[in-house]
Amino acid sequence: MKEITFNLNSEERTVMVDANEILLDVLREKLGVKSPKCGCERGDCGACTVLLDGKAVRSCLVLAIEVEGHNVFTVEGISADKLSALQDAFIQFNSFQCGYCAPGIILAVTELLEKHPHPSLEEIKESIAGNLCRCTGYTPIFDAIMALTKEEGK
Amino acid sequence: MKEYTFIGKDVVRIDGREKISGAAIYGDDIDFGASLLHAELVSSTEAHAIIINIDISEALKVPGVYKIFTGKDFPYKFGLYMKDRYIFAQDKVRFVGEQIAAVVARTPGAAKRAAALVKVEYEPLPAVLDQMEALADGATLLHPDLENYPHVPWFFPKPKTNIAHWRKTRKGNLEAGFAQADFILEDTYTVPRYAHCAIETHVAIGKFDYSGRLTVWSSSQSPHTQRHLFAEALGLGHKDVRVIAPHVGGGFGGKAGVTMEIIPAALATKLKGYAVKLRYNREQEFINTYQRLGVVAKLKMGVTKEGKITALDHKIYWDAGAYVEYGANVVNAVGLSAIGPYRIDNVSIDSICIYTNLPPGGAYRGFGYSEMLFGLESHVTRVANELGIDQIAFRRVNAIMAGDTTAYGAKMNPNGLIECIDKVSKAINWGKKPVSNDPNKVIGQGFSLFWKAPAMPPNASSSAFLKFNEDASINLIISGMDIGQGYQTVMAQIAAEILSVPPSKIRVETPDTDRNPYEWQTVASHITWSSGNAVKKAAIDAREQILDLVERVYNLPFDELYLEDEAVKCYTDSKFLLPLKSFVVDGIMTKDGTFKGGPINARGMFMPEFSSANGDPETSQGGHPNVHYTVGAAALNLEIDKETGKMRVLKAALAIDAGKALNPNLVRGQITGGLLQGLATVLYEDMRYDDKGKLLNPNFTDYKIPTAMDVPDEIIPIIVEVAQPDGPFGARGIGEHTMLPAAPMVANAVEDALGIRIKSMPVTAEKVAMAVLAKDKK
Repeated sequence: MKEITFNLNSEERTVMVDANEILLDVLREKLGVKSPKCGCERGDCGACTVLLDGKAVRSCLVLAIEVEGHNVFTVEGISADKLSALQDAFIQFNSFQCGYCAPGIILAVTELLEKHPHPSLEEIKESIAGNLCRCTGYTPIFDAIMALTKEEGK
Repeated sequence: MKEYTFIGKDVVRIDGREKISGAAIYGDDIDFGASLLHAELVSSTEAHAIIINIDISEALKVPGVYKIFTGKDFPYKFGLYMKDRYIFAQDKVRFVGEQIAAVVARTPGAAKRAAALVKVEYEPLPAVLDQMEALADGATLLHPDLENYPHVPWFFPKPKTNIAHWRKTRKGNLEAGFAQADFILEDTYTVPRYAHCAIETHVAIGKFDYSGRLTVWSSSQSPHTQRHLFAEALGLGHKDVRVIAPHVGGGFGGKAGVTMEIIPAALATKLKGYAVKLRYNREQEFINTYQRLGVVAKLKMGVTKEGKITALDHKIYWDAGAYVEYGANVVNAVGLSAIGPYRIDNVSIDSICIYTNLPPGGAYRGFGYSEMLFGLESHVTRVANELGIDQIAFRRVNAIMAGDTTAYGAKMNPNGLIECIDKVSKAINWGKKPVSNDPNKVIGQGFSLFWKAPAMPPNASSSAFLKFNEDASINLIISGMDIGQGYQTVMAQIAAEILSVPPSKIRVETPDTDRNPYEWQTVASHITWSSGNAVKKAAIDAREQILDLVERVYNLPFDELYLEDEAVKCYTDSKFLLPLKSFVVDGIMTKDGTFKGGPINARGMFMPEFSSANGDPETSQGGHPNVHYTVGAAALNLEIDKETGKMRVLKAALAIDAGKALNPNLVRGQITGGLLQGLATVLYEDMRYDDKGKLLNPNFTDYKIPTAMDVPDEIIPIIVEVAQPDGPFGARGIGEHTMLPAAPMVANAVEDALGIRIKSMPVTAEKVAMAVLAKDKK
């Protein structure tokens, strides 16, 4: 067991971890952060996506010990004060159905919009190509993002 | 045309904020603290074997292991429509992956390590991995005891065979029908198994407290049915079993009925005071939850040269797996409906449920109709082409109309099938398909009709409680499950319309069987209709209580009162305005200081009292097993690379008759999502078993479901509305149906583009490329 400290959703957190513990399990079982979900244990589905230093990564493939000294963001960090414009758009467009893939997709798109505030449809598709959604057929997700980023000036 | 305030509007989902903020709690998110134990299963590595011995001695030594259980601890059978299934394998295993034992430990790691140390000794038996093999004379019997299994009275098992159920439908005179035909086409179509692939796997937690009360939290479409099956199987009273349903991360039928949830429920009864969790990993999700049944379908259709269908002989052989307690009803449902949405006077359907040593088949979106329509709609296109008649015109002429008799002799409900056909034909520009600029690519057009009725027992009912809060917000207390389709929102819209309280002021939560009144299951695309009727009745009950009270206190006639903007108003007195929040909990204070009325609490219940399963066992005539059918049509333009066989959907149009689209945005959501799931079964998903019954691709790398890159370039959703007379505001269900036309219309488009007919699913690039090569060689 090793004690690690890292920045989680703008807070310094300290936790004991085993060398083989994955970040997803530590977030969910030890730090009370439930929005990243387990879908496949092997990085295929993206439901476990978190932002590590601003980059969308699969927390089921990251060892917890690797994030010592780094910044991790989950949907709880984005929803803390008020919902982001992206989240509001997803609500208005009924973009999600069962909601299980939503946290992962929200984070992947959050990263995309930081880098490309006015993405093309192709860029949007690429950015969430690693997030599986079985319910929606993806289209209402695209629609919300296109409408949001169009509003902002394009 | 009645103008509504909330019905027929694109209302924003009332559960949207919860899911998008990260607040929504799913099964694995619930914390149970230090009293939580973890279960890990030991599963069979044999497809068919006698269990000689289970050695748990090494496993018990692993630190953290609390107890290990096997079949002898739970010698109980269970099942939804037939009791042929066990909590743990008893003397035999019948498929690779069947649960044999469970290790319960203080940490998941300890449970996993110990499970790997449990040694099972098998005596292998011959495994039957194909339904036609299972039917053959002398085939190994999977359930020698079949005749002793309790089952619903409308199932017909054949003892001493592997036939668990045989649904026979006979209408008219088949021989005469074929004699009338100028042309007869006979052929066989095959459809393999498919996996639901909900992104959330199955999870359930059982807790048996010190007072002897069992609580189960499960990701489920059917909390009340689960409670019932747990109580029956475990010998507990219903008031002592409580099922609490958190949010569900996708169901698609896979979380209907009872599968793995009974394991932690049963384990808990032997772990008093603890909570025990079983969560499936993705591999277990593929291997040991319901799969969509496999099909071999033999069709023989007779038509006159003018294009009228005179006879249909449809024999469907189902690979139903090792246990068919739910899957047998898939077979039954299709056995009643395998004529498709057509008027056919002379019909013979044999729908045969066959045991195989493969995972249990069960409910999957479409409940057998996808599998059936692949063959039927492929066949119809071929017949039309042979006759030289346009395949849409052919379908139009034979389309079933309101009042025509179904295969089992009941009358077809009002429906907009012709309107769906015409609108799709127009949207896809039928007959004017685009031509590719690329010489290596061809474009084909494909078309398919679809239909489906809810497959339910005749007493599948819904209930609703409704209560007002002090601020006139409402709690709608119902037991359907929002599995993503938007059920909670639509139910709120119904209550909102009657009571003038906006959906955003109505709270609908996932159910607790202690608090929420009975709902059969969230399956069959029936709860918008059934639960909607119950909710409407509850809202009307509340409205009547409110107006009765105002009439009593203010002496205004009931018929002159109405609700608008959360207040009671009067047609004949425009100054009268009594806000609901002033009295819906507190009552109305009168001049003498006394209060009249009090909290408004209402209820509603819906039972389809006209439905019956009393059809003749040899012909299925009589009875009213299906409450109504939902119909539709779809078409697509498919681009095919001649060399690689790779296919791309350029444009798809799908029209469905929703009766009344209570929330058109959510209906469009089902069209888009269902269409993509359907396209995935025909283009990408491909379950591979080895010759020992082991699934070779139980993960998302090797079993491919669509990503954001696989969405068709253009999807045109079309909503048709021919009211369902007994539906709330005219609505009927649509959730499953949007998947149904995908496979046949792709196969039809491939034939249109390349002149090649592929009669087995999936229609992969590999199959198409090989077929092109073979054709070019000739």
